[in-house]
Amino acid sequence: MARIIVVTSGKGGVGKTTTSAAIAMGLAKAGHKTVVIDFDVGLRNLDLILGCERRVVYDFVNVINGEASISQALIRDKNCNLLYILPASQTRDKDALTQEGVGRVLEELSKEFQYIVCDSPAGIEKGANLALYYADDAFVVTNPEISSVRDSDRMLGILSSKSRRAERNEEPIKEYLLLTRYDPDRVKLGEMLSLDDVQEILSLELLGIIPESRSVLSASNAGIPVILDEKSEAGQAYADVIARYLGEKRPHRFIDGKRGFLKRLFGGRK
Amino acid sequence: MLNISPVLEFKSSTFFAPILILFNNDIAAIEEALQEKISLAPEFFKDSPLIVDLRELNKQNQDLDFVQIVQILRRIGFFPVGIRGGNEQQNKQARALSIPIDTVREQSSSISIGEAQKHEATPQPSPQPSPQPEVPVAKESANPAAAPPVAVTSTLVTQPIRSGQRIYASGDLIILSQVSAGAEIMAEGNIHVYNTLRGRALAGVHGNTAARIFCFDLQAELISIAGDYKTSEDLNKQTYKNPVQIYLQNHALIIKEIA
Repeated sequence: MARIIVVTSGKGGVGKTTTSAAIAMGLAKAGHKTVVIDFDVGLRNLDLILGCERRVVYDFVNVINGEASISQALIRDKNCNLLYILPASQTRDKDALTQEGVGRVLEELSKEFQYIVCDSPAGIEKGANLALYYADDAFVVTNPEISSVRDSDRMLGILSSKSRRAERNEEPIKEYLLLTRYDPDRVKLGEMLSLDDVQEILSLELLGIIPESRSVLSASNAGIPVILDEKSEAGQAYADVIARYLGEKRPHRFIDGKRGFLKRLFGGRK
Repeated sequence: MLNISPVLEFKSSTFFAPILILFNNDIAAIEEALQEKISLAPEFFKDSPLIVDLRELNKQNQDLDFVQIVQILRRIGFFPVGIRGGNEQQNKQARALSIPIDTVREQSSSISIGEAQKHEATPQPSPQPSPQPEVPVAKESANPAAAPPVAVTSTLVTQPIRSGQRIYASGDLIILSQVSAGAEIMAEGNIHVYNTLRGRALAGVHGNTAARIFCFDLQAELISIAGDYKTSEDLNKQTYKNPVQIYLQNHALIIKEIA
């Protein structure tokens, strides 16, 4: 049985798709057969971040409607042969998704894959609800900013009450925090919420802090998940996230400000 | 006949009704006194429902013909809707007249008419009801006037209450985790939060003015007891982020630090 991970946030633009692409790639690179599904029907983005937009033929909605088989719709990633992508439909809307249909597709994927990553759309409407419904784990992506924290809090309430696990009274979805676009210098200036501020409200297990980094945007534009950019801080931070999720103990990084100029020159970053 | 819409639905609700407490079984004197009261505030009493309280009379062993008093009340323009504290004979008469019998609670929340008027004028905060509460909590239906006193139940919540969630308890509500901003907790009885309270807390929602709110760390958006409320803007800086208890005194919310 596959483990189903939902990447969610409530708020838009906080880094759900970037995170979905990065962690799916990270899991696959760690040797686990992984599929990442774009639930943002109508606003298809994940294929761009993963650089496979020119190979999309069939999509998630085609599979749900029985117009294509799963193997026809799955796209194998060009960088890692254990990673597959199930793209969203760009011409449809969220109403094309049904709980029963999503359940059927996930069940079939479960037979073949170890991890299923569900990239949730923003909002708390149908698409987001279906993305989280079957989840076992939730990666809650939050920016250090008050409205994002509030929306994540709302999403946590939905995770604990509207999922299949909640409906069946099973063990609840395991919730993890991913704090993205974190800028320690701005935290010091009081312009940004600190990790402690965020945790005071959310109190979740922290899987990692992804620092604000230029490499994220350039990786997105190039269609290469940022986790493959091992030199960038964001890429390293995502690698840490995967290691921690898979059970490894790693100290948290990128909480404190940037190192001084000399230290950066001689401090030895691997 | 595809979409069959339901014909009816039962809901529980609370009503305010004046209670007429009788101290004397002199029918003529009662009628006269009533006329006098009505002339003071005719609009308030016009077509008003009324509950007749006979506890005092029966304590003094003064008998009263309940049928007679009901006739007088109806003639004057009241709608007698209940009897409380009647003896066996009076209750029997009430039943024959289809008037519900209220079993008396000793700590009864009887209010004099002057207060009742004020109470009705008190604005109730209108928490926007979300269509589906996300945390379903056992809610016992309470039938207001005729229900016998129910033993106070308490609801215990251990998981955090997140933004957008609503919790309703028909008795006391005890919460061990934090209540997030944008969450709403309501209880007919007291509310205890042994953690940070950032959302809205409404105690005594059915009008129990003796209900209290206790919390470990007060950062609430709104607190309310029996309809009297304060928003975070009105909260005193001294009590903010402190352990407090909140209770009602003469329609004023008192927030007191728990040392």
